[in-house]
Amino acid sequence: MDFAYPVLSSLIVFPLVAALGLLLVRGDALVRKVTMVALIIEIVLALPLTAYHFNADFQFVERLSWVPQWGLEYHLAVDGISILMVWLTLFTMPLAVLCSWTGISKRLKEFHVCLLIMTAACIGVFTAMDLVLFYVFWEAMLIPMYLLIAVWGGDDRRYASIKFFLYTLTGSTLLLVAIVAFRIAGGTFSIPDLMTQTFGFRFQCLCFLAMALAFAIKVPMFPFHTWLPAAHVQAPAAGSVILAAILLKMGTYGFLRFCLPLTPAAAEYFAPMMIAVSVASILYGGVVALGQTDIKKLVAYSSVGHMGFVTLGIFLFNQRGVEGALFQMLNHGVITGGLFMMIGTVYERSHSRDIQKNLGLGKYMPAFMFFWGLFSLASFGFPGTNGFVGEILVFVGAFNHSLLVGALLVPGALLSAAYMFRVGLKMAWGQPSSAKSWSDLCLREWLFLAGPAVMVFYIGLAPGLFFQMITPSVDKLLADYDTRRGAVVDAAPVQTPAPAATGTEKN
Amino acid sequence: MNFNPALIVPELFQFILILALFAASVASGEKRVRAERWVPIAAAAGVVAALASHSATGLLFSGVYKLDGMSQFFKVVIAVCFLVTTLNASRQPTLDKDRRADYYLFLALSAWGLMLLSSTVELFSVYLALELSSYSLYTVIALRSKDKGAAEAGIKYILFGAVATALALFGLSYVLAGQHTTYIAELTTKSWHWADAPVAVVGLTLFLGGMFYKLALFPFHFWCPDVYQGTSNETATFVATLPKLGAVVVLVRLSAFLTPGLEITTVLAWLGAISMTLGNLCALAQRDVKRMLGFSSVAHAGYVMVGLVSGTAEGMAAAAFYALAYVAMNLLAFWVVSRVASDGRNLELDDLNGLYRRAPALAFAMAVGAFALVGLPPTVGFMGKLFLITAAWNHGYNWLVVVLAVNSAFAIYYYLSLVRHAYTEDAAPEGRSAPDTSVFSLVGAGVLSVIVLVLGFVPGPVFDVAVAAGRGLFH
Repeated sequence: MDFAYPVLSSLIVFPLVAALGLLLVRGDALVRKVTMVALIIEIVLALPLTAYHFNADFQFVERLSWVPQWGLEYHLAVDGISILMVWLTLFTMPLAVLCSWTGISKRLKEFHVCLLIMTAACIGVFTAMDLVLFYVFWEAMLIPMYLLIAVWGGDDRRYASIKFFLYTLTGSTLLLVAIVAFRIAGGTFSIPDLMTQTFGFRFQCLCFLAMALAFAIKVPMFPFHTWLPAAHVQAPAAGSVILAAILLKMGTYGFLRFCLPLTPAAAEYFAPMMIAVSVASILYGGVVALGQTDIKKLVAYSSVGHMGFVTLGIFLFNQRGVEGALFQMLNHGVITGGLFMMIGTVYERSHSRDIQKNLGLGKYMPAFMFFWGLFSLASFGFPGTNGFVGEILVFVGAFNHSLLVGALLVPGALLSAAYMFRVGLKMAWGQPSSAKSWSDLCLREWLFLAGPAVMVFYIGLAPGLFFQMITPSVDKLLADYDTRRGAVVDAAPVQTPAPAATGTEKN
Repeated sequence: MNFNPALIVPELFQFILILALFAASVASGEKRVRAERWVPIAAAAGVVAALASHSATGLLFSGVYKLDGMSQFFKVVIAVCFLVTTLNASRQPTLDKDRRADYYLFLALSAWGLMLLSSTVELFSVYLALELSSYSLYTVIALRSKDKGAAEAGIKYILFGAVATALALFGLSYVLAGQHTTYIAELTTKSWHWADAPVAVVGLTLFLGGMFYKLALFPFHFWCPDVYQGTSNETATFVATLPKLGAVVVLVRLSAFLTPGLEITTVLAWLGAISMTLGNLCALAQRDVKRMLGFSSVAHAGYVMVGLVSGTAEGMAAAAFYALAYVAMNLLAFWVVSRVASDGRNLELDDLNGLYRRAPALAFAMAVGAFALVGLPPTVGFMGKLFLITAAWNHGYNWLVVVLAVNSAFAIYYYLSLVRHAYTEDAAPEGRSAPDTSVFSLVGAGVLSVIVLVLGFVPGPVFDVAVAAGRGLFH
């Protein structure tokens, strides 16, 4: 595939250039419009990605030497696992700008600069094929997200933002050590090259744990989830949308991209633990969500549960499970992104996220309740919506794996129906307090809700296109996994005195 | 005598500068040109001189003074730092006007001592150069008008320095007794196992104490936060940066024979681990920005050890590169501190509140410096840390690498609070002087930020120099 310009690099560089350009723009209205236009141009720049071939190869590869002394490369590519995440990022960002059109009033320029930097970093995370480059984007993304929460957040924003930063950075410190260990043991930072190598079992286990900690915090999985409700509740609407739709996916993407291919034996060894933690996340997230009075917190805890489905699907190691996980990643981005935008919409009217202050909207904001109902149904996996496709695949995978795991998922799915219905019923038919004077959705709000709503039906009714995109990569991932999980060089010393360390073999 | 003055142009230039400053300091009041005007220009010329002789090689003065890649690399860095610190000090509000020439004289002397230190390859000369660079600083630290804290800091620095150098000299005598030579090149060929030469190992450990004092490594770190806090912001900038370079270069030279597994190497690793953990934990509780940076430099001294204990050319290069990174980040942070405290007061964290509105460029520079000190990409701090970890992995001290990684997690909180105060707190305390937002201040902050970021994006060229220097030590 040849294009006139390096597609993936341009997707990373353009938002940064736009962010610099934005510094020169004066006037609040213009700042919003320029950002919007920039993000639409970003989507136009990404159009060559539609030429993606439905096979398992890494495509749109760009590979340049970066720091030759240490074998660092500037290496970008997409495959079936990452391309959906790239599209999700591209389409979520303009929605994030739209949904904060009126909600953000202070330091507007900085806000939009943060969003643009965020775009670049997220695309970078999903396309980087060099471990260090991945780590650079992974960490760089923390700074704008921290600022989004800390500057434009709610009353408790300082606590929430620091908690977010500390949790995620602490998790990823050992990830860096694992990356270096891979370099020394495997002789390269390149992910595709490392995927073909086999490492000792003990080495795999240690690296798996170091990586899994970073990713589990990001997902977040059950015992590491406490930063998420705080961050979600305090973040501005756009921040919550990005957090839910994109950032959480980075954790599960990490599992798929690193843990399974690089440490297959360890992944198999720790799979029961990961499955147990995932099921715990599903049940715990559901139960806690049921008890919330704050809508945003409710959706945040529902995220814990839904992301539990994703990690569960990944560690089932069967076709349906992993496909379901990938679908669930996309779906969760669409649905929860939509729900957080809706919460932002209603917050602008009621100035409260308390369910009791947002009652009886059915009569006065019918369009709003329509979208809310739609996303709620999709959230608990109603047939015909996209949520159904992901959940049913994970269910099939789980029952394939064992009856016990499958049976444990049933209450999890029921719980999500229960808490979404509970809040939905109250919001639609409760006794309205001040909702009578609120206006229904305006054109802008229709715009940013219609996109996810269309996707809910499109993925729900015709998932074929997405299957075509992900299936070859999932097949390859699992085939690789099956061939390599047994082939562990147990005899070889784990910490071989690799010549890489002395640098004699380089260049 | 194979003496060729062309080889030591940077040292000679610095010496002439010192003589000129001496003349200026004894000149009578009316006629003297104000030193802060011409010293930075002379320092810039010094950078040119250092760059011009960057490829000089040779062995002078009966083999005690070696010009190689390592020494010339450090001389360039020292010259650049001297330029930045003199520029930084040119607007020092807490320095009496008639003491300016003396102040610069002592700074220049100290920088000269460090230049000599980076070339000395014999322990007595190392000791002399170390003393030369320390003695001038003892004086400078107390030069903060109407401030008793500065006098206290000066006394502390002298007392700790005296103890540390006494230990070093005492250790030197043991090394001489144990190994019968003080030339590093010959020491390299000797055995440094405890079983073979216990006296020499004890002696070398004590001698290294002198370097640890300069570097503020545990257990010689006690002076560091007090001195940073007590002395003026501009002097702290100097103390926090240049002496570390001198200490690192000597440690790098000595580490050439500290192969992994030796008792003394393990001691270094332990001291590094304790130093980084202690520094980071103590920094968590600080409210005074300079004091926090003081504990932060204790932690960073520990990080450098990770490269030194690996016993490879890459490790030496990584340590040298990290020293450079550390100096760049600290110059940036101290530049902002000096500019924000435009009346020369000590900066509290609360003084940074709302800095983004009062001085957006300085706030941005502070954020870059803080994130670089944490080791976040894409800054030089991250690259330095990555090189350290990569160089040290699988050389027997993997636990130290893990300690380093975990320490980044401790460090986030207090560095982040610099950013937090600058960006998210709005209520600035009343009655404090406004930050200096002159072109001078902003350009300096901008240039230093760009250096920190660019070295993070493209560390390759500089690292090449460091690697070449590191390889040179293993011939």
